[in-house]
Amino acid sequence: MVVILWTDGLVFLLLGLILVFAAFASRRPHLSLPWRRVGQSRSGMISAVILICLISVGLLDSFHFRPQIAIDKGKLVYSVEVLSAFDALVKTMRDHTERTYSSPFSAYAFSKETVAGAGGQSRVYPRLRYGGADLVDPDKERIPDILRRSFVAALEGIGAWALLAGILVISLSRGKGFIGTASTVLGGKTEIPWNAMLGTLLAIFLVAFPAFALSSHYHVFGTDKVGQDVFYLALKSIRTGLVIGTLTTLVMLPFAIFLGIMAGYLGGWLDDVIQYLYTMLNSIPAVLLIAASVLMMQVYIDAHPALFETMAERADLRLIFLCMILGMTSWTGLCRLLRGEALKLREMEYILAAQAFGVSRLRIVTRHILPNVMHIVLISVVMEFSSLVLAEAVLSYVGVGVDPSMISFGTMINSARLEMAREPMVWWPLAAAFVFMFAMVLSANLFADAVRDAFDPRTRVASRRILPERDEA
Amino acid sequence: MIAYLIRRLLYAVPILVGVNLLTFALFFVVNTPDDMARIQLGIKRVTPDAIHSWKVAHGYDKPLFYNPRESGAKFFTDTIFFEKSVPMFRFEFGRSDDGRDIAQEIESRAGPSLEIALPVFVIGMMANVSFALMMAFFRATLVDVWGVVLCVAAMSISSLFYIIGGQFLVAKLWHWVPISGFEAGTSSLKFVILPVIIGVASGLGSGARWYRTIFLEEVGRDYVRTAKAKGISEIRVFFHHVLRNGLIPILTGAVVIIPSLFMGSLIMESFFGIPGLGSYTLDAINSQDFAIVRSMVFIGSVLYIIGLMLTDISYTLADPRIRLQ
Repeated sequence: MVVILWTDGLVFLLLGLILVFAAFASRRPHLSLPWRRVGQSRSGMISAVILICLISVGLLDSFHFRPQIAIDKGKLVYSVEVLSAFDALVKTMRDHTERTYSSPFSAYAFSKETVAGAGGQSRVYPRLRYGGADLVDPDKERIPDILRRSFVAALEGIGAWALLAGILVISLSRGKGFIGTASTVLGGKTEIPWNAMLGTLLAIFLVAFPAFALSSHYHVFGTDKVGQDVFYLALKSIRTGLVIGTLTTLVMLPFAIFLGIMAGYLGGWLDDVIQYLYTMLNSIPAVLLIAASVLMMQVYIDAHPALFETMAERADLRLIFLCMILGMTSWTGLCRLLRGEALKLREMEYILAAQAFGVSRLRIVTRHILPNVMHIVLISVVMEFSSLVLAEAVLSYVGVGVDPSMISFGTMINSARLEMAREPMVWWPLAAAFVFMFAMVLSANLFADAVRDAFDPRTRVASRRILPERDEA
Repeated sequence: MIAYLIRRLLYAVPILVGVNLLTFALFFVVNTPDDMARIQLGIKRVTPDAIHSWKVAHGYDKPLFYNPRESGAKFFTDTIFFEKSVPMFRFEFGRSDDGRDIAQEIESRAGPSLEIALPVFVIGMMANVSFALMMAFFRATLVDVWGVVLCVAAMSISSLFYIIGGQFLVAKLWHWVPISGFEAGTSSLKFVILPVIIGVASGLGSGARWYRTIFLEEVGRDYVRTAKAKGISEIRVFFHHVLRNGLIPILTGAVVIIPSLFMGSLIMESFFGIPGLGSYTLDAINSQDFAIVRSMVFIGSVLYIIGLMLTDISYTLADPRIRLQ
């Protein structure tokens, strides 16, 4: 049975909007020009490749369904557990749960257990149920086995990469011959830095293919306290991070754009009211506002358990509320920016001209002001993404973030923070959360920089070393 | 200037009323005074009489925002909202639901909080500005490029990892300072130093990168070229003209940081076991002690408004051209 959670619906709505815009913009040079400039940025495109890989995991993780478990009197019975297409894809990783901690690539449990053997009881490190289970003598066979498996998977990765690279070269060649095009692409003589992107993709494949191949025989990032595979948890966290980073801005954008332009363009008492509103919201420490709202929402959810059929639906609703709450606290910054810009645009000659021609206010706003502030909106959306991903971790740590049953970077860190104090130390859950979070936030930051450089005329002028105009204080 | 500040203070009143209104609405939209009483008295087996007497004792036995049974001014004044909000403006916070005096509690906890938040703010500011100055001074060289790379990498790491990593290295592995806890007086230094260092380090990436762009924008201005054309040395131009002019946007940004200091110290305080305002608020939220939450939100807003006013004053100090009217 297919389940469409709220966040799934919104994620696909967002994806659809982006695709429609891409199709719309590709035929309009003034819209596609800044994007072409993003395309020329080396660091921007490298980070875009990484982001696309992360986003595909997140999207796969957004097709939810409830598996059928039995047929009872002609009626299908579905499990109460909601799974995603991604869960189905990495079924082995999900099912391979050990009893408790085990270190990465280990074949033995992390702590000794008492085992009753032939010569009485003895304290040994028991073998894991799944990690390296098919090895007879793990001490000798483990490393060669890992190497062999990763070598084979790496070859597969190179094969897949060569296939993709070949398709790319053929689509670029346009009858100019395969070899010639290939050498221009790899030599970096193309407008878009394809060679850097292909290099990044190769690096990702060389890591991802062996990691996935090994994950069905070992625990690549070990297991956590309840024996879940940490690699699986880290991959699942990607979706939560992406949802928070994108949907929050999707939720807050209408407010920010509408109120900001209203305040700036119409002015008067409306301006006063809107200014009052965002000064007030700003003056409350954000974390208090978020904490209070989340806890209030929790009270509501606890009071109405009947509303949610499955645990996933409850967790999902909490996630969407969290996005809304974060949106409520973060729209003020963009709103203020847009108000200032609309104030400036209102006095521009082309707006005055439009007014003189008797163009209606609504039309001026939609045709003349809105398109001229969109670059600010876009820049702040991409800049906001990474800070939202980071904020999620902090909030979940404090206990006012996502539902505890939802896998996210914050819940991973929260459950792992006490493990550093263990002797010997359990470091891998934190390491996995760190690696994935760092990759996601860093590539988002770099991509955001590329977008800002391409869309903000001011930084563009500065980077060409022409003196920037003095702006009015 | 005095007139300006007085007007700002008066303008703060409607904002604070709005803040109170919002906290009230947030708290009571799903949580009626009856629920509050039930939570405070223990969920099970609470008689309606007990609830009523709790509400009377804590002043929650009136309508929330308006009282339909009264007329005239009493329509609004004879309500929970009015009776609970007005004392706030006199900075009387009353008692928390477990009977403690909130003002006293805040007084004893403000010290530890400030001991962390203030050094983080001041040292962090200086560190950010010096790092940004260095990158701007060596602009378009390897120092600059690698500085920016480091900044972007540093700001991509969650603050939680700074805390966990710092605590692990400095306190657990090297045993330089205790892992957590707090003592009043001079011995507090050894408890405070690690949170402060971590606070400064975690803000360095984004702060320094931001200030760098501000300085670079200043470097490109006409007056810098004029100064150089007059033969003033690069160093003097940089530290005398560029630094001073760059300070104006930096001061604006400093206010933005003040409310987030609250958030930063909140996490820091819970990690390092420091009995400050942050941990106090967090506990209050978890136990749904509305009196404390309301007081803390109020104080937070007051601090923010004071911060805004301080920025305006600091503008006039940094730039004599600006006059407050």
